[in-house]
Amino acid sequence: MNQKSRHAWLVFVALGIGLALLPFLVDAGLGRSWVRILDLALLYVMLALGLNIVVGYAGLLDLGYIAFYAVGAYCYALLASPMFGLHLPFWVLLPLGALVAGLFGVLLGTPTLRLRGDYLAIVTLGFGEIIRIFLNNLNAPINITNGPQGVNQIDPISIAGLSLGKTQVLFGVTFSSPHLYYYLFLILTLVVIFVSMRLQDSRIGRAWAAIREDEVAAEAMGINVRNIKLLAFAMGASFGGLAGGLFAGFQGFISPESFNLMESIMILCMIVLGGMGNIPGVILGAVLLTVLPEALRYIGDLQRAWLGHVVIDPSDLRMLLFGFALILMMLFRPAGLLPSRQRKRELSAAGDIAEQEQASVYDARH
Amino acid sequence: MDIFVQQIINGLVLGSVYALVALGYTMVYGILELINFAHGEVTMIGAMVSLTVISALVGVGVDLPGVVIVLLGLLAAIPVCMGVGFTIERLAYRPLRNAPRLAPLITAIGVSIVLQNIAMLIWGRQYISFPPILPQGRHQILGATITDVQIAILVASVVLMLGLTLMVKKSRLGRAMRATAQSPQIAGLMGVNANTVISLTFILGSALAAVAGVMVSAYYGLAHYYMGFLLGLKAFSAAVLGGIGNLAGAVLGGLLLGVIESLGAGYIGGLTGGVLGSNYQDVFAFFILILVLMFRPSGLLGERVGERA
Amino acid sequence: MKITFVNGLLAAVMATLLLGACGRQDGAAKDGEVIKIGSVSPLTGPQAHLGKDNENGARLAVDEINAAGLVIGGKKMHIDLISEDDQADPKIATTVAQKLVDNGVVGVIGHLNSGATIPASTIYHSAGIPQISPSATAIAYTAQGYNTAFRVMTNDEQQGHVLGQYAVTKLGDKKIAIIDDRTAYGQGLADEFAKAAQAAGADIVAREYTTDRSTDFMAILTSIKAKSPDLVFFGGMDPQAGPLTKQLKQLGINAQVLGGDGMQTPEYIKLAGADAEGEIASNPGLTLDSMPGGKAFKDKFTARFGQIQNYAPYAYDAVYVLVDAMKRANSTDPAKYLPALKTTDYQGVTGHIRFDQKGDVTGGAVTLYQVKNGAWQPLETVQSK
Repeated sequence: MNQKSRHAWLVFVALGIGLALLPFLVDAGLGRSWVRILDLALLYVMLALGLNIVVGYAGLLDLGYIAFYAVGAYCYALLASPMFGLHLPFWVLLPLGALVAGLFGVLLGTPTLRLRGDYLAIVTLGFGEIIRIFLNNLNAPINITNGPQGVNQIDPISIAGLSLGKTQVLFGVTFSSPHLYYYLFLILTLVVIFVSMRLQDSRIGRAWAAIREDEVAAEAMGINVRNIKLLAFAMGASFGGLAGGLFAGFQGFISPESFNLMESIMILCMIVLGGMGNIPGVILGAVLLTVLPEALRYIGDLQRAWLGHVVIDPSDLRMLLFGFALILMMLFRPAGLLPSRQRKRELSAAGDIAEQEQASVYDARH
Repeated sequence: MDIFVQQIINGLVLGSVYALVALGYTMVYGILELINFAHGEVTMIGAMVSLTVISALVGVGVDLPGVVIVLLGLLAAIPVCMGVGFTIERLAYRPLRNAPRLAPLITAIGVSIVLQNIAMLIWGRQYISFPPILPQGRHQILGATITDVQIAILVASVVLMLGLTLMVKKSRLGRAMRATAQSPQIAGLMGVNANTVISLTFILGSALAAVAGVMVSAYYGLAHYYMGFLLGLKAFSAAVLGGIGNLAGAVLGGLLLGVIESLGAGYIGGLTGGVLGSNYQDVFAFFILILVLMFRPSGLLGERVGERA
Repeated sequence: MKITFVNGLLAAVMATLLLGACGRQDGAAKDGEVIKIGSVSPLTGPQAHLGKDNENGARLAVDEINAAGLVIGGKKMHIDLISEDDQADPKIATTVAQKLVDNGVVGVIGHLNSGATIPASTIYHSAGIPQISPSATAIAYTAQGYNTAFRVMTNDEQQGHVLGQYAVTKLGDKKIAIIDDRTAYGQGLADEFAKAAQAAGADIVAREYTTDRSTDFMAILTSIKAKSPDLVFFGGMDPQAGPLTKQLKQLGINAQVLGGDGMQTPEYIKLAGADAEGEIASNPGLTLDSMPGGKAFKDKFTARFGQIQNYAPYAYDAVYVLVDAMKRANSTDPAKYLPALKTTDYQGVTGHIRFDQKGDVTGGAVTLYQVKNGAWQPLETVQSK
């Protein structure tokens, strides 16, 4: 036991050092754009973990998750840009974004309590579109969101007078803006991971598992299904809102086109591909789906290296290969790349009572 | 008044377009409970293939009536779409039949992306226009205008729905489909080959997609490799509104969604005193969808599981 | 089995990355020194045809310059055009911009959409790399105070103003209906058009909206029909403008259709068919045929890439403007040739290109075209303000 925990500590420390050095290694090896991709990957990890609460833990198929990301992003953007001349500090904006997104989560959750499966999917999809359409059109009669033109010149995140939008020299080391954001995002991602883990093991987490497995039985066991569902929506949404705020500060410009349905679908792909309900799986899925399309950009260079010239235009092939990758990964690992142990069975059981009985609620984590 | 009638006609035609695509969605869903996200893309392939054939025929100066040329295009598109549908089911869905429920959803999205990009490689990134060979006859009904193509779309969606319903209710294949939908295992015991039935369902659904693709591109006069996505999404919403898995529901949902969108775009400005305009057309449509589902959580006609086909 | 699959996958990804990284280094084996110029536009997704067109325009210019031999600072130079796909997505646009900066480009032609151009411009600005957009028209792009942001296309205000004035004073249409596609481009142009038309005394009788994915416009056109306007202005692109014109005729609306550069394309005529006849749209710059070298450009481009979609001539000019500044500054160093870029005075195939202090083209002309006998014919050229 002692041996084992020491081993675990070593892995932890190695992982910590690895994560801390990662942006420098990536910068030196692949270029700074890859640090930006890392930043985006971390944002997607947060988003995927948030959606994982709703879909993975509570089993509610949500296709409009990007709306909460959008709400968080606009919260930040409108309160820290020349739009209304407001420039609130980030420690007000980020919690506020998460809170407002959480409220929107409840707003979405309330009318959908009775819906299941694909009906829930289409309503959440509609909700996501409604939010995007409002953001896209609220420039008249009163200009609130600046409509399709988006909000520009959003303040970069600045912590204790240190702006993350500029290159900074700290302790004799030069950190570019993407590096600085990397560390902020990393810390917040770790917080999100921690909260996710604690939630999964908590009373609430078990209640989510219970309603996911069998709503009627859960209600019979005295679980307040309504509140527990709303809580799942609110928690998931607030993670999305947090990530949205960070995105707005990082990007400096947001417009409604960044929050379209395809984004929602991509985040869902991340968690299903990685392994729904399983935190390492979700993280892997998010990183993979952010990195893969970018990595596939190099197929032009690959052709040049192997064949001497570009035979097929990389832009023609990139998304095609991405599509094939999605199909192949699912065919070989249908429960996700890193499935949670008991999940393989229970997820397939949507309408199948016989199978549901096999996976009892209480062997969920033990 | 004539404006109102016109809006209703607009809505019904738009709704028939949705209904044509929604029928394919709902057939596959009825038997497998799978959202075949790639169905919109099969529709796109149908439009592209038929347009290629039609353009080629027009290009070499074939002296046939426009309707015949379009039918020839359709005849070419149907087997291609059937092949695509069969292949998709075989390669991307069948291996996952016992996998977690959301796994086939991801392969469906993958298939969508693959089909789009293959279409882009074959037909290019440009919009392809439909040659003006169809009769452009216009008719007046209560002061509103309706064209021949619009009437054809309206009729096609209703005829196809009736034909399919009849087939599902009366034919051997239909009975096998209903049996497989209820329980593939027991259907198997009764001598129904579930795999064959599912394959046939996909083939049939894809043939429908080909018809829908041709009608859509003929009506709007264009086709593009990206056209399937939005169309598929709207059709999916329509199928859910009507009660997914129910053929009549798909058509009802499609027509209703079309009319709602049309009236929304036409009257929302007046109703809200100009605060909201036609830019909120989709908000209006989704709002009604949510409202309907709040009171009928499994769609308008989708209550009884046994009625699925 | 589990572990090996995941590991194999990761290994494959890493191998791709590493090979990619190695691949980046080569390509310098051409004669003379290599300078890199970036070209960014959406090469996948619904606007891919326009994106590819921009890339082709830039590529034609680069190949011409290379073939003719480029000497800067006494050294023979070879331009490498590095093309990237931004998918018209603002988030990917910034990543790609950073990638180009990493790659050591000395200038960028792009992006296509304002939504992608604006966030990317921050990255180019902080790296000190000049960026010329061949097609972004949002006013905000050059209003950020970046000395590295330029465009060879008129902005929404310039073009919208010309169109608004033209509709009222030249066409004499007072009752105007406006439709836009709720994109940054369509909305921006429609709003500027509305302002100018109202200032000229027009009455905006209807304001309707669609999306950049729509194909059905019957509902909004029916509403417009009830207001019986003299003219319908459309702010958006040809894939919508084409079917919109068709459906407008189908409903029996008797109004002039007017649009901007997104509509003034051969694609529009193809999509609207016979219904396009008589409709009017504008495009910045002079007519290609009236420009020295314009006809030659058109022939060369069509021979190599097929029909011009829309902005290829602007991308083509943008490359020449960039190289012209390098020649005048006698340097390919962005810091050295950026001041020269500001004082550009270049005769391109789209017009005479000079920049104001913001980076917008000054005194840019806008030409109005009308569809006659199935082809766009120039009506007249108006000087924008």
